[in-house]
Amino acid sequence: MIELRNITKIYKLGDNVETAALKNVSFAIKDGEFVSIMGPSGSGKSTLMHIIGALDTPTSGEYVLDGKDVSKLSEDELADIRNEKIGFVFQQFNLLPRATVFRNVMLPLVYAGTAKEKREKETKRALTAAALPEAWWQHHSNQLSGGQMQRVAIARALVNNPSLILADEPTGNLDSKTGEMVLSTFQNLHKEGRTVVLITHEPYVAEHAERIIHIHDGEIADDDINHECRVYSHTTTP
Amino acid sequence: MIISELFHEASSAITINKARSGLTILGIVIGIGSVIAMISIGQGAQSSINSRIQSIGSNLVMVTPGQQRNIGYGVRGGMGSAQTLTPDDASAIAQLDGVAAAASQISGRYQIIYKGTNTNTSVVGTLPTYAQVRNVEIDQGSFINDADVTASNRIAVIGPTVLQELFGRNATATPDEAIGKTIRIKSNNFKIVGVTKSKGGTGFGNQDNIIYVPLTAGQHFLLGNTAYVSEIDVEAQSQESMSQVQQEITSLLLSRHNISDSSQADFTVQTQSDIVAAASSVTDTFTILLASIAGISLVVGGIGIMNMMLTTVTERTREIGLRKAIGAKRSDISTQFLLESVMLTFIGGVVGVALGWVFSLLITQFAGITTSISLWSVFLAVGVSALVGIVFGYYPARRAAGLNPIEALRYE
Repeated sequence: MIELRNITKIYKLGDNVETAALKNVSFAIKDGEFVSIMGPSGSGKSTLMHIIGALDTPTSGEYVLDGKDVSKLSEDELADIRNEKIGFVFQQFNLLPRATVFRNVMLPLVYAGTAKEKREKETKRALTAAALPEAWWQHHSNQLSGGQMQRVAIARALVNNPSLILADEPTGNLDSKTGEMVLSTFQNLHKEGRTVVLITHEPYVAEHAERIIHIHDGEIADDDINHECRVYSHTTTP
Repeated sequence: MIISELFHEASSAITINKARSGLTILGIVIGIGSVIAMISIGQGAQSSINSRIQSIGSNLVMVTPGQQRNIGYGVRGGMGSAQTLTPDDASAIAQLDGVAAAASQISGRYQIIYKGTNTNTSVVGTLPTYAQVRNVEIDQGSFINDADVTASNRIAVIGPTVLQELFGRNATATPDEAIGKTIRIKSNNFKIVGVTKSKGGTGFGNQDNIIYVPLTAGQHFLLGNTAYVSEIDVEAQSQESMSQVQQEITSLLLSRHNISDSSQADFTVQTQSDIVAAASSVTDTFTILLASIAGISLVVGGIGIMNMMLTTVTERTREIGLRKAIGAKRSDISTQFLLESVMLTFIGGVVGVALGWVFSLLITQFAGITTSISLWSVFLAVGVSALVGIVFGYYPARRAAGLNPIEALRYE
């Protein structure tokens, strides 16, 4: 359960010039929801993602994640929140290029200080959940295709059993077919009961979620249940 | 963060760009290697000088004439030029507590002739106790004895270098060939009765290129002066009693010479450790000088490390952003980069010690300079190299840790 109350984020551009990226944004996302946050570039959706992802703190307002107010935490406390509660999936995949798939997925558990045996067990579970065949596990991540890399990134986001999976333009660097596969992976995770937040500027991508929040000029323009949820038609595993 | 994982991260980061890491390490290798080699030269010089000083004798206290006291105006004589010590002073010193033996001596350089060959060497006129005081060992024959001194016998004991100079023109001479032969010193015939064992070493008071004659014979036939001696060598009973003996001799001689002000003393009393200390201070300065010149290259190597680490941090900005996004704290990031630079310099330090060791062996082999590598210099070098890693890795590591995750993730 995440809740944003009157979140405002103001950036100082110069001595006296200020710009508000978010103005009094309030909404809540329940556990197990699949939400898209949509808006054109410059709408404030990236700022919103940074705040939801505990990468940044709001200028004012409250952000409650799993019953904990994270809007006023220190840098290191935010790092702990990100480690325990949030799984990130980025547009650029952001995998360590010369490390194996297995090691990439394991990395969040290394920072969590998890013991070796549990680390390996959890990593295997996440790799299986993201439907990554075992044959790839010892490949270096730079030997994989874009779609494969993004699924490794999804496995990495799953490994610490986060409360929230936060995907920032996850299909932005993929062709439409592999993009579909990645989106269907998110839909599957949602079906398993996970909370997924998808940030995108493409209506087509956003329509894969069951709820779409439109952001415009730092404010919520629209918050709708998506009745015509797109479903990935293929059933074969790539 | 888990320590084994930290090492894994750091070592894999180093091996990713092997050529760059290798070249950066080379800077440290050269720095540490030259420090080790330079210290080994300094230490080698120190130990060879010390062993030479030790070979003069054990628990040795040397009394030499000081400056001549002048009344009114006059030319002051140099150190040791004065004629102030007498054979009686030596006998008085021998009676002191803690003194094992005392031997007065006179010395001079003369041309020595044996048949067609001749050599120029120093001749020491002394007493039988000299052998004990100065650790003179006889190879063959005998040393000067009391009867020789009493009778002013014209006998001589020669050092091994003199033996070769006079008797070994065509082939290496054995002591047998010399004993019983007569040599001429300042137109006086002296009969060789003994040959000493080699003490080794060249220069700095070479004790192999020397001839010993009885004190009285030296005084009568060579110096023509029976009143004064040029040095009194005293052996203290133990290492501990040396400074006490030194003081006793000083006060004894002051009263014998009727001097009340010790700053006006016409003699100098020096212990062996004084000489060792003086020599050590010279070689220490020498060692520090060499090591600091080599240390400059170590600093240059350290700057190389810093340069590489800064480049690495910039190159890996996105990676740092990702690590922070998935939960790495500031300290996790800074430790990782610090460990990377310490690992580089530590490897450089270990290889550098090996290289320095090889250098010092080559120096000994080809330049004939004694070198010695002490354990402390090895530990110091490895410690310093790790320290260089910390010092020069600190700034890049702090820079990496301070990156904002949002901006780092956006970095192209």
